[in-house]
Amino acid sequence: MPKMNMVQAINLALREELQRDKDVIILGEDVGLDGGVFRVTEGLLKQFGPERVVDTPLAESGIVGAAIGMAAYGLKPVAEIQFMGFIYPALDQIFSHAARIRSRSRGRYTCPLVVRTPYGAGIKPPELHSESAEALFCHMPGIKVVIPATPYTAKGLLISSIRDPDPVVFLEATRLYRLIKEEVPEGEYTLPLGRARVVREGNEMTVIAWGSMLHRVLQAVKAVDAEVIDLMTLRPFDEETILRSVKKTGRVVIVHEAPKTCGFGAEISATVAEEAMLYLKAPILRVTGYDAVMPLAKLEEHFMPTVERIQRAFEEVMKY
Amino acid sequence: MSERIVNSCEVKWLDVLDEKGNIDESLMPPLSAGEIRKMYETLILARTFDQRALNLQREGRLGTYASILGQEASQVGSALAFDKADWIFPSFRESGVLITLGYPLPMIFQYWSGDERSLKAPADLNIFPISIPVGTHIPHAVGAGFAAKYKGDKIAAAAYFGDGGTSKGDFHEGFNIAGVFKVPVVFICQNNQWAISMPREKQTASKTIAQKAFAYGFEGVQVDGNDIFAVYKVTKDAVEKAKQGKGPTFIECFTYRVSHHTTADDATRYRQQEEVEAWKLKDPVLRLKLFMHKKGIWTEDYHKGVEEKAKAAIDDAVKKAEAVEPPDPRDMISFTYEKLTPRQMKEIRDF
Repeated sequence: MPKMNMVQAINLALREELQRDKDVIILGEDVGLDGGVFRVTEGLLKQFGPERVVDTPLAESGIVGAAIGMAAYGLKPVAEIQFMGFIYPALDQIFSHAARIRSRSRGRYTCPLVVRTPYGAGIKPPELHSESAEALFCHMPGIKVVIPATPYTAKGLLISSIRDPDPVVFLEATRLYRLIKEEVPEGEYTLPLGRARVVREGNEMTVIAWGSMLHRVLQAVKAVDAEVIDLMTLRPFDEETILRSVKKTGRVVIVHEAPKTCGFGAEISATVAEEAMLYLKAPILRVTGYDAVMPLAKLEEHFMPTVERIQRAFEEVMKY
Repeated sequence: MSERIVNSCEVKWLDVLDEKGNIDESLMPPLSAGEIRKMYETLILARTFDQRALNLQREGRLGTYASILGQEASQVGSALAFDKADWIFPSFRESGVLITLGYPLPMIFQYWSGDERSLKAPADLNIFPISIPVGTHIPHAVGAGFAAKYKGDKIAAAAYFGDGGTSKGDFHEGFNIAGVFKVPVVFICQNNQWAISMPREKQTASKTIAQKAFAYGFEGVQVDGNDIFAVYKVTKDAVEKAKQGKGPTFIECFTYRVSHHTTADDATRYRQQEEVEAWKLKDPVLRLKLFMHKKGIWTEDYHKGVEEKAKAAIDDAVKKAEAVEPPDPRDMISFTYEKLTPRQMKEIRDF
């Protein structure tokens, strides 16, 4: 089985879906000839032609808006927004339309659309190239939010997202694009949306993370008996897997790169408090980015949860 | 070295039927007496609907309603140019478009009473649900047209919006994409001179709205929006052009919002009554009537019959709309996604 990084795994998922289904098309800025600024769509233009791998004008709202019309008409567009910080002009389209078309038309029209975008810090770019704004989308009914942490899960989750009948925001951690390689099978496999993955079993605490933070968590847990959950889908999220683990361990640490206030950790924390209060031995702790504007390269390491900060949270919950 | 003009734009204006009911034969689209009668009857039906909706709102039987008074020719004339296979993306001031396309009348009343079920268009009509945020549906029409072209379907997509919508970013992004990919789409702007309290000249410094298409590489036409023949003709040509793969067209229907923005608005706060009175003389229904009268296809009896028929259709529609069972509260949850999420499965038990 070939070993792939996340760029290759996502590229393979797109290639296989383009091959399997003529209704799948890719659109976005520089996705064709250039193969995307991260080369995620490399080679797809050559293989599938400019009608299916569409280089668009520089217009995020227009890209997503047009993709909504395509999806309603019967295509399965995969729109790329070059960086998550540039998705904000398209929020109106995603929130006001993609999320609502099924409901607004009482099922007459649907929006089987995927919006892929790289997120998070770690590549030393200019401003607004390092955002972790997943919680914005998690708040909005009608949207699904998927964040893979490994090449294998990225491929399976992206294929599921493309086939999903509802709009999916698919976030790819830039730091992970080429960081890790693992075996990724060619040919079809899917991972269901809405299901989390227990990456490591343990008994003393439950640590929940997604995307790039999963790898920091895995570094941090080496000396503790922690169960680690890779959430994978943030909306709808897998309450069942979380609660089962929390009822076993009685301690919870949630780690995310996004700022703390109204970050997705708050939702998980509230859910645990509502559903498993009596099983808790310690306060639920969050290790997150700060309530601050995402800084440029010189300070980004200070912004993100470090292994040390994560370990301090472990020590804290173990005091109880 | 040189300093020279490298490009300049021209905007075509079209009117066929004047306020006195005279036409320019050379510009008149080919229409049978039957087709002209149908235009008149649809205008009357649209106006009757509109008046009834305003009355029902005052009686507390409908929510906020956006009147089309004065814009009937722009709406009916353009909508008559489309086939059932075409994809239409309406804004919120489009009762006349919906009526012309055959949208069930009771459902239009149901919409303004606050019932989402009314936006589930009948299966044989490709009409997108009404878009409330101004101008944001323009890219949807572009996407649908793009998809139709990709699939080889010979259809046109159309977006309806107003003069205010042309200031929105999505207008420009949608137009730009449509131009680049020669998308089979028709953009119909009803320039009714007012975006709530903002007059047209404060909305844009452009001399015409139609000329904005020039910047995106396709034609923009300005048409007398109170002249149903002219509106029909330019729309028909644009639909034909789209279906022949010749790309998008932008139509600016020059018309007037005779009523308030909506029933929640009071236009006397910001505009002069003289202006409204002047536009009433350009009434789209009146001029078609004068034309038909001259042609001998309009009589008092005919008109009475048309009005009675329209009134009966609207009475029936109101009765049906008001007799509809209230929506199931579970609907608001169950149409969010194809399947309920685990959390929604718990929430829906409240009902």
